[in-house]
Amino acid sequence: MSDNVIEARGLLKLYGTARAVNEIDLDIRRAEIFGLLGPNGAGKTTTILMMLGLTEISGGTVNVLGFDPVRQPLEVKRRVGYLPDSVGFYDHLTARENMRYTARLLDIPRRDAEKRIEDALASVQLADVGDKRVSTYSRGMRQRLGIAEIVMKGAEVAILDEPTSGLDPHATNELLEMIRGLKKAGVAVMLSSHLLDRVQSVCDRVALFNKGKIALMGTVVELANQVLGAGHPLLVEAQGTDIEGVIRGIEGVQQVVAGGDGAWRVTADRDVRAAVAHRIVTAGGSLTRLADLQPSLEEVYTRYFQKEIRHAA
Amino acid sequence: MRREGSPFTGVGPVFTKELADHLSSIRMMVLTLFVIVFGAFPVASSLQQLRTVVSADAYLFLRIFTLEPERVQITFVTALNFIIPLMAIGLGFDSVNSEFNRRTLSRVLSQPIYRDALLLGKFLGGLATLAVGLMALWLIVFGAGLLLLGVPPGGVEVARAAGFLVVAIAYGGVWLAVSMLFSVIFRSTATSALCALGLWLFFFILWPMVASSIAMSMAPVQFTSADELLGFEQFGQALMRVSPGTLFSEAVAALLNPETRVFGDFSNLFLARSRGTIPNAPLPFDQSLLLIWPQVTGLVAAMIVLFAAAYVIFQREEVRA
Repeated sequence: MSDNVIEARGLLKLYGTARAVNEIDLDIRRAEIFGLLGPNGAGKTTTILMMLGLTEISGGTVNVLGFDPVRQPLEVKRRVGYLPDSVGFYDHLTARENMRYTARLLDIPRRDAEKRIEDALASVQLADVGDKRVSTYSRGMRQRLGIAEIVMKGAEVAILDEPTSGLDPHATNELLEMIRGLKKAGVAVMLSSHLLDRVQSVCDRVALFNKGKIALMGTVVELANQVLGAGHPLLVEAQGTDIEGVIRGIEGVQQVVAGGDGAWRVTADRDVRAAVAHRIVTAGGSLTRLADLQPSLEEVYTRYFQKEIRHAA
Repeated sequence: MRREGSPFTGVGPVFTKELADHLSSIRMMVLTLFVIVFGAFPVASSLQQLRTVVSADAYLFLRIFTLEPERVQITFVTALNFIIPLMAIGLGFDSVNSEFNRRTLSRVLSQPIYRDALLLGKFLGGLATLAVGLMALWLIVFGAGLLLLGVPPGGVEVARAAGFLVVAIAYGGVWLAVSMLFSVIFRSTATSALCALGLWLFFFILWPMVASSIAMSMAPVQFTSADELLGFEQFGQALMRVSPGTLFSEAVAALLNPETRVFGDFSNLFLARSRGTIPNAPLPFDQSLLLIWPQVTGLVAAMIVLFAAAYVIFQREEVRA
């Protein structure tokens, strides 16, 4: 078997005549974290549901761990953990009782189940509140309980739909740490999210969804090169002379944009940091900051959709 | 394309969870209280009246269920005819849509079970809860009868009373299927409860009037023969039998009143045509069973059809919120 845990080819979902997911190809590799990004209604959740066999596929094929979710949904669901968007639990039951129910649905032998529930709850730091009713849980704790369920399941693939939406920064960081933990345990993780900078920090690869199609796919750096163009973005803060003119005179500089407050964003086709520093100082200016800008996913995202709108207009 | 794996995978866990949830819920306690209050009243009154009976009656024990006490004007069976739907609707009206609203549905369905198992497990859980409640009620009535009448029931009486219990559970199953159907159709639990209760009220209050006015409008100006009158009467009865309550009360009447041979207002006319029968002689148990076979079949069939409708709609429903 290949290294891919999920392979989708020409995956299509029609709602009436609308193409919610329009013939996408997608590969998820073993033990990687893959991010699905895109505006609401771009087809992310539909894609996820099709992979789990929870909604019908209108066309194309999906293969999850060697199984077909259309014909063998039970086999797929036995091996894939799913954390739905704003997951719900039975509020009148405790966390442990909720987990026990899932364990029974998974047909885990009772003696085995107790140990696995304990371990899973401990891994998401809920062991001490495991006997409290879920109605007392915060949103972050519910999400963690959802992760615990995936851990207990011993899933090979974890699919998380908007796992960080509505969480405070601290809870988000905790959750992302747990997602990294899943990856370390050899689980392939597929997640969809709006929090781009957070996604950037955990994802190995991302796919940018737009109107049911995958617009871009690859690592964050690859996407940045495609959308923002290859090059070295710089941030320069300086004063005392005609900084913009000085920088424009440097060979290799393509673009200088004033960012206000004595700051400029510079794009060059090579590393021009040394030259920039030298020129400003010799021109009598005082250089206060010179930073290499990492391409940010947010920038890629915004720029890409700006382009889209412009093309459409 | 065929899907693989048994559709019944996971029915067991869903069933046990539903049963445990129902039995421990406050709602169940309220419903039980309701049933006891409504059931105890006619039973207590009829017991009081039966204690004064001196004439020999082979089916004295069964009279607890069917006697209409002078003061209360309602038999235990009539009370049940009214209460069982309420209980069933109370158990089923939010069974599927509450999972949806709590957002547990997609999480549960992402476990290795089919939707079939979820729906069937929920239905069986509700039916078992209903059966437990009715059985308890039945035993209470039986016990009270033993204590207060001091007459042990005969074997046939027990068999007939047990048959009554089975019919009551089937009747509850119909209304449970109705309420589950609405819980699949409507996302809002309030709407589904309202629709189920509306249907219940419709069948109880409006349908008898509607059925008789339909029948009246079809009636000829003047009946020229007994056959014509009978045919008309049968048509009216058929209309009434659309309501599960009618099926229940007919089946129960035949079980608990062994004298019952035919149903309806014109029973004398029917009797006149069946020669060689002794009026008011009790039928043997197996004959009574034969008599109510269509009614019981009708109840079970209604239950299955309603469940199948709920199943089909549930299969097509999107999981996402």
